[in-house]
Amino acid sequence: MISFQQVCKRYPGGYEALKSISFNLKKGEMAFLTGHSGAGKSTLLKLIAAIERPTSGIVLVNNQNVGVLKSAAIPYLRRHLGIIFQDHKLLFDRTVFDNVLLPLQICGFDSRESGKRVRAALDKVGLLKQEKINPIALSGGEQQRLCIARAIVNRPSILLADEPTGNLDAEYAQEIMKIFDSFHQVGVTLLISTHDTSVLHDPKIRVIALKHGEIQPPQYDLPPASSGQA
Amino acid sequence: MMRTLTQPLIILWTALRRIFASPLAGLLNILVIGIALSLPAGMYVLLQNAQGLVAQLSGPQQISLFLALDASQEDIAQLRTQLSRHPAIASVKFVSRNDALEELKQSSGLDDVIAGLESNPLPDAFVIVPKPGSAKSLDELRTALQNMPKVEQAQHDSAWAYKLDALLSFARVAVFILSGLLSLALIAITFNTIRLQILTQRDEIQVAKLIGASNGFIRRPFLFFGALQGLLGGITALLIISTSLLLLQPPLATLSRLYASNFSLQPLSLGDVLSLLLFSVYLGLLGAWLSVSRHLSHVESH
Repeated sequence: MISFQQVCKRYPGGYEALKSISFNLKKGEMAFLTGHSGAGKSTLLKLIAAIERPTSGIVLVNNQNVGVLKSAAIPYLRRHLGIIFQDHKLLFDRTVFDNVLLPLQICGFDSRESGKRVRAALDKVGLLKQEKINPIALSGGEQQRLCIARAIVNRPSILLADEPTGNLDAEYAQEIMKIFDSFHQVGVTLLISTHDTSVLHDPKIRVIALKHGEIQPPQYDLPPASSGQA
Repeated sequence: MMRTLTQPLIILWTALRRIFASPLAGLLNILVIGIALSLPAGMYVLLQNAQGLVAQLSGPQQISLFLALDASQEDIAQLRTQLSRHPAIASVKFVSRNDALEELKQSSGLDDVIAGLESNPLPDAFVIVPKPGSAKSLDELRTALQNMPKVEQAQHDSAWAYKLDALLSFARVAVFILSGLLSLALIAITFNTIRLQILTQRDEIQVAKLIGASNGFIRRPFLFFGALQGLLGGITALLIISTSLLLLQPPLATLSRLYASNFSLQPLSLGDVLSLLLFSVYLGLLGAWLSVSRHLSHVESH
């Protein structure tokens, strides 16, 4: 579903955010992208959504080389992705309902069908009762869930989340992880970046650890070897 | 099917929401556009009317050739052949002094006075319709006729109309220049309005781009807004012109009665109205398009 092959990203000015990244994420797989801030998590997610282009290497999404996509084709790529932004990117000039409606308007759904879908998405994240209020009146956790509702309303096959539990207390974070888990159950491919290692209790879930723009070997596979080296 | 049908409604709705987001500013913009358009368009109406007036008052161009009182029948016959062969003359009509006197009797009602005259004081005359030409060529023709033998006087009946016509062509060019300048102003107004809108809608544009909006989806409401603002400005201009014409009508009627004329101001024709509206829509669209092309890429890249 998502495949990186020796991807490098150097920003103008010479800063190398990603150095030769290679990994595969299969259809329906869920993975956490971990690392300290500045490790390149956001850059990696941006490359998938073609918000940034790789300096070298190949980024494949649904077998499409995203790095060389024509700018006119990028909107259609993004319609297959659900993106949950670190800073939410909600619009405060409209209601909760209209925020979630926006992706459907962009795809040109007719209004009856969209109404149903918006309410289903809001119900999923538990915001159905707040549909008529302005998102500015929502708490941080609620804003985060609204952002999730907007990302899933289009029923994307891939969901990208950049620090979705970033500023939330443990209880809210747990709630949001449960929501992600339910998408995983229905076969959505998920890539979730986080610096919060407390959410990584489930050993079945894959972890891609980034450090200074490089992928670290998976630690939980190594205890015998690492103790031998130490 | 449904997808393609709802899209224009969303664009319409987005554009209208943006207009009503700041109703006063929007209204003032429309008023400015209306005034800018009504100036050249109003002058155009007045010009059209003035031209109609000139045509009504001057009638067909003609030169009256009054002969000397001692001109004989042979002189007249000779002149007639000369005139009918002249390349710049379309038609020649002879009015004998007796006919002229009869006509004078009938049209003036001065029968008694004329009956009291000892002899007919009127000369024989030719009424000449020249071939269409410039005022200069007409004047040359008049001089040439004046110098013919046995011609007392060659009189160009509507020289003043030619002068007025020249004045009107001058005014027409002035209106043309004014229209050009104010059109530029109109494009500039729309350009700026859309620029401000793009800046205010920055967040919306960025978010929409990030969740898969095509360039068209983002551009169309702005283009529609420009066209709509142009249309409303055009309608405002029409209202201004119609109101002005209504206000001018009564004093003009008085004036025209004093001159024993039945002249009245003609409003803009349907074709003119449509051209004005189309033109204003086009200018609005052009301004919006320029602005969107210029400013949207800045917003998108951040």
